[in-house]
Amino acid sequence: MEGANNLKGIIKQISQINFGLMSPEDIRKMSVTKIETPDTYDEDGYPIENGLMDPHLGVIDPSLRCRACGSKGGDCQGHFGSINLARPVIHVGFGDTIHKILRSTCNSCGRILLNNTEIEEYREKIETLMNNEDSLNDIIKDVYNVSRKDKCPHCEMEQEDIKIDKPISIIEGDYKLTPSEVREKLEKITDDDAFVLGVNPEVARPEWMVLTVLPVPPVTVRPSITLETGERSEDDLTHKLVDILRINQRLIENMEAGAPQLIVEDLWELLQYHVTTYFDNEASGVPPARHRSGRPLKTLAQRLKGKEGRFRSNLSGKRVNFSARTVISPDPNISINEVGVPDMIAKEVTVPVHVNEWNIDEIRKYIKNGSDIHPGANYVIRLDGRKIRVYDETKEAILEKLEPGYIVERHLKDGDIVLFNRQPSLHRMSMMAHEVRVLPYKTFRLNLCVCPPYNADFDGDEMNMHIFQTDESRAEAKSLMRVQEHILSPRFGGPIIGAIHDHISGGYLLTRKESIFTEEQAFQILRKAKIPLPKRKNQDWTGKELFSLLLPEKLNIAYKGEVCRKCDECMLKDCQFDAFVIIEEGQLITGSVDEKAFGSFSGKILDQIMKEYGSDEARKFLDSSTNLAISGIMKAGITTSTNDEEIPEEAKQRIEAHLDSAEEKVDQLVEAYENDELEALPGRSLEETLEMKIMQVLGEARDKSGEIAESYFGMDNHSVIMATTGARASMLNLTQITACVGQQSVRGGRIDRGYNERTLPHFKKNELGAKARGFVHSSYKEGLDPIEFFFHAMGGREGLVDTAIRTAQSGYMQRRLVNALQDLNVKENGLVTDNRGMVIQTMFGEDGVDPAKSDYGKAADLDRIIDEMRIKK
Amino acid sequence: MKKDILEHELVPIHVILSESDKEKVFKDLDFEQGQLPKIKSDDPVVKAIDAKKGDVLEIIRRSPTAGTFVTYRLVEI
Repeated sequence: MEGANNLKGIIKQISQINFGLMSPEDIRKMSVTKIETPDTYDEDGYPIENGLMDPHLGVIDPSLRCRACGSKGGDCQGHFGSINLARPVIHVGFGDTIHKILRSTCNSCGRILLNNTEIEEYREKIETLMNNEDSLNDIIKDVYNVSRKDKCPHCEMEQEDIKIDKPISIIEGDYKLTPSEVREKLEKITDDDAFVLGVNPEVARPEWMVLTVLPVPPVTVRPSITLETGERSEDDLTHKLVDILRINQRLIENMEAGAPQLIVEDLWELLQYHVTTYFDNEASGVPPARHRSGRPLKTLAQRLKGKEGRFRSNLSGKRVNFSARTVISPDPNISINEVGVPDMIAKEVTVPVHVNEWNIDEIRKYIKNGSDIHPGANYVIRLDGRKIRVYDETKEAILEKLEPGYIVERHLKDGDIVLFNRQPSLHRMSMMAHEVRVLPYKTFRLNLCVCPPYNADFDGDEMNMHIFQTDESRAEAKSLMRVQEHILSPRFGGPIIGAIHDHISGGYLLTRKESIFTEEQAFQILRKAKIPLPKRKNQDWTGKELFSLLLPEKLNIAYKGEVCRKCDECMLKDCQFDAFVIIEEGQLITGSVDEKAFGSFSGKILDQIMKEYGSDEARKFLDSSTNLAISGIMKAGITTSTNDEEIPEEAKQRIEAHLDSAEEKVDQLVEAYENDELEALPGRSLEETLEMKIMQVLGEARDKSGEIAESYFGMDNHSVIMATTGARASMLNLTQITACVGQQSVRGGRIDRGYNERTLPHFKKNELGAKARGFVHSSYKEGLDPIEFFFHAMGGREGLVDTAIRTAQSGYMQRRLVNALQDLNVKENGLVTDNRGMVIQTMFGEDGVDPAKSDYGKAADLDRIIDEMRIKK
Repeated sequence: MKKDILEHELVPIHVILSESDKEKVFKDLDFEQGQLPKIKSDDPVVKAIDAKKGDVLEIIRRSPTAGTFVTYRLVEI
């Protein structure tokens, strides 16, 4: 017999896969033993011959030898057995197909219900489709539709209607067919007719969909677990097979004893149930088989199906070695290219190093350190391929034998390239290559600038790290996946890695007009930011001069900053808010640094440095500028509290007056509507017009009250600094705290749900006023009254539900997109093909532009190129 | 009254390629006829310009990224 031993080490290429049904002969041929006893082990714990754990079915224990192939446990992949079913049963997976075939064939002669010309016609069509390797689905569906006739064209017999009671009961007229009868009917179908019905007679016969013999999977598929108590616990599949065997045995006994038809049929039905649930325990219409504890059994279909099934959980994605996962925390002192790795992890995951005469001394040190002291080694792979763990006791012996050609699995150390990832991995920046910095404590440390691409924060997020195991992968990752190569995002052609939060407010505090430092102070800031000190000039330094130290010499750029107030007439370099940034020859002349300068998603200076000077320069700029901004913010100090949102009593009165007048205006609108004086806007009903006008009035009221509040805020207010520079929060947030929260909405309109014709019982029915429909007059700081609070909760709840649904939807959409696009291939000339070589696009993206290298999606920024040419002249 | 669909603004320009043009396109873009996506022979435009099975159509259409874009379809079934 062909055993596992003969197959070992033989690599074959699959040239073809045939999908068909297994014939009873196939199953018997494959089977190494007949299973007859519904027991597993005898009292001494030995497997019973012809039982479900028959030693012919393969072994797991490495000390035993397989009775069928003779190889040891672990080497033997197992062998199928078989159960001869006393009576045939229908296979659940084919209930539908059987029904369709029976419906399309004659109940008496078994021919397909098509006349000879139709048969010929369809045969030809199917054959051409098969030759073209096209899908047969549509044509087969067509056959099943056309071949439903009341009268057989061959034997002229009237046809009784055949129905299916899902999943497996086939009913002819009023009579429920037994599986044997179904099988007989299927047997009658000729090979030629079967072909037209979509059953290729080369690989399948219709009657094989009714089982007469059941394959029993090897024990390796359903291993039994020995509990600590010494008790044996069997796999769910084994439990189910025991049930099948028991009923099968009883059925045989009853039939032999000549039991009444009724009893035999009952047992037969039971056998059908057990075989059905053995295949699929979630088939609709069949009560799931349960474990003694009441838990539904996990049978064959459940092993494969769904997210936790074999395909999605074990084949599309697997657990891997040489990986680590822990909580992340921030570290502003490491480069964006680096990742802080806890020493505990560094000592666990390893890098294989090939020993040669140049590194042998270094590696000796690692082995001397052993597996407990940091730059050590855990395993040594000898020339013969044996892997040996480095222990204190074995160290000396290994060191003696160490020679070029050995592979040593050494600890992770500073400078190693690793892959760092945060789920969900939605874009390529979710997996980037970092350099290791081994650090104390137990969290991964990352630079704050790489939070946006990973979408990470530090409220308990965990991330994964993978260690490259070959030099090729390391080299590839270093040139393609390094963090600095991903500063520009292919999503919008701008920087996605950049300054955030305090970096931005820090940059502003450092470079705004008022920032002038004595030379001592300036050097303190630079020193703290670890920036090389410039020559002393014995004069005060401006923040702009300090920032200019980091800019490349030839950099020229001009743009409006985030702090820009969008005045009607732009004063350009004379801007009173210092919002117009001009950099000439690497010197920051006017303007203050804010989000538009080096922030993630919008940093113009960062963007230009990356595009003109390359990723190395950009990384250096980002590392040093964020460091400088942080030392800047620490010099100035920043703090915020609700005091920042405090406004004078006079302001409060103005806001109050304004809101009151707005609410009055709403009342007037409502009155006009009730008196039928309101005129409908084109294309709107009267009600819609009223709603629109009210929304408009209330929207304006909130904005105006916000403006009033804003006019009392100055740039000495730290909350305002954060909002205007783009560091965090927005002016809207501040005005909602200070002045007025504004209209709450559900489903895009004012709130109009709750009680009968009113939102809350506090109002009259059909009341349309501002307050009755969810306008929140108060500010967060003042506090909301109970009615406002309720409406606010309604609006807030909608927001939460929406985000929850959005993430679920976009997750599934992502999955479908990835499945559709994953095998596309772009050639050097821009041709996009799928994995069969079919053309998808003759030019990538139609314009052949790599969006990551583009200027915010455009192939080039012509204005800038022209400006540059002017300067060069 | 029947409209000429070829005049419609949403219908891009379809041109039947001559044998020599075909060869040139295949050579320039480095693919073969069999790799092309297909267009049905009962497609209204295919009928309007009277293309035959096996013809390769050059379709010149507006593109949001590239201005105009030229693509190719093989007439089948």
